[in-house]
Amino acid sequence: MSRIAWLRIALVAAMVGLLELLCRVGVIPAITMIPPSTMAIELARLLASGRFADDLRATLANVGIAVGAAMVSGVVIGTILQGLPAVRRVLDPLFATWYAVPMYAFYPLLIVLFGLGDLPIVAIGYLLAVMVVVINTLNGLDRVPRVLLKTARVHHLGLFATAWRIRLPYAAPYVFTGFKLAVAYAFIGVIGAEFITASRGIGYEISFAYNNFDNAVMYALILFILVVVISVNMSLHACEQRLMARRRTT
Amino acid sequence: MRWRDPLMLVVVVLAAWQALYAIVGDVALRSPAETTRTLATMLADPRFAPHLLETLSAFGQALAIAIVVGLAIGVPLGARRLAGDVAEPILVALYSIPKVTLYPVVLLVFGIGMPAKVAFGAIHGIVPVSLFALNAIRNVSPVHLKTARVLRLTARERAFRILLPAALPEVVTGIRVGFSLTLVGTLLGEMFGSQRGLGYLLMQAMSRHDIERIMALTLLLVLAAAIVNAVLLAIDRRLHARQAA
Repeated sequence: MSRIAWLRIALVAAMVGLLELLCRVGVIPAITMIPPSTMAIELARLLASGRFADDLRATLANVGIAVGAAMVSGVVIGTILQGLPAVRRVLDPLFATWYAVPMYAFYPLLIVLFGLGDLPIVAIGYLLAVMVVVINTLNGLDRVPRVLLKTARVHHLGLFATAWRIRLPYAAPYVFTGFKLAVAYAFIGVIGAEFITASRGIGYEISFAYNNFDNAVMYALILFILVVVISVNMSLHACEQRLMARRRTT
Repeated sequence: MRWRDPLMLVVVVLAAWQALYAIVGDVALRSPAETTRTLATMLADPRFAPHLLETLSAFGQALAIAIVVGLAIGVPLGARRLAGDVAEPILVALYSIPKVTLYPVVLLVFGIGMPAKVAFGAIHGIVPVSLFALNAIRNVSPVHLKTARVLRLTARERAFRILLPAALPEVVTGIRVGFSLTLVGTLLGEMFGSQRGLGYLLMQAMSRHDIERIMALTLLLVLAAAIVNAVLLAIDRRLHARQAA
């Protein structure tokens, strides 16, 4: 591992250590935050007891479905829009304001549309995730060099064949960046929706624990979410770097 | 010609809304015309103004904190290669975590009320502002910095004549992204732990299943976000175009 990576680990470890110290010494009172080591122990205990297995499965399944749907439809929408510049120009301001809109406000509407249960939660995750995929697909497709498209014309490739064999493979690294962000946004949407109104899921359990002053469970679950999201994100980031590096050498 | 595209967009959105209303009906939606009327009555109601002011004040403070702290983190990290390389992935990781989960922590630290809302809005905005600032400063062309050295500019001149103009477009992009996220953060803060503000009104309307108010509030928020975003986007594009030229 490089020096920079070690320094980074040391920095994070130092910050966690400082937090631990502040909690142990009592600068941060126990009703505000429990020490990180206690959080980890609590989390291990909870995971071993299987008490939140159902919530865990529900949340991860919702995120998974939202991400999957966002990946497929985002690439399709992006590819179609790239072929229709006039439509794209009209819709452009909509894309730019998308993330300024508090999606949770649409929750009541989604409940009527999709009924009670997991679907409205998935829908919020999807709505947040799909736009980054569309934007990054467009960004990638815009960068396809003219030469490649001319080559496709010379070889009499049809619209679909050109998209499948030339445009999308070229745009792949950018699309991947969109996927990576889609995972992060889906987590934000799903957990936020569970927070507001749901009867299961990790987000719900965190707010339930908060309302019952159950700091041990609350911090353990928060830690769990942070660890899952950050490790998923870091592994996707590593794949992304590899994709980008391969692009540079060829 | 310049106005045709935005106009088209408004027509498309209204048509989609009306069509959805025709399908779903009164259970979950109100028509665009009705929602506009509700919004007008709501804005005219003297009881509404304090909530609006509360949200504006919380959002203004949160945005100011996000910009100042974001720049204070991003600019020094951008100026030092090693520190930037060490810190950037940590910032990216912070950017990707669902900050809603941290809400109970913010409430426990700040208590229910204004400081919690401001803090929650600010933590949404700080990271994007600092990330964009970091990259803006880091990507200032080395030729410009060498020229500054050759001309023996003082640190102050170097900051104001070289770094600031070169980094400004990206910094503005960061502020634009930070604006959106800070707004969402502030509203979320009001939804979960507050007795005042637009977020609180929205949460209240949701629990009472008061569709008219939900729609009117959503329309107000979307309009406000869209208009400010359009202005920032125009400034953003102009700055980028000027730099490219």
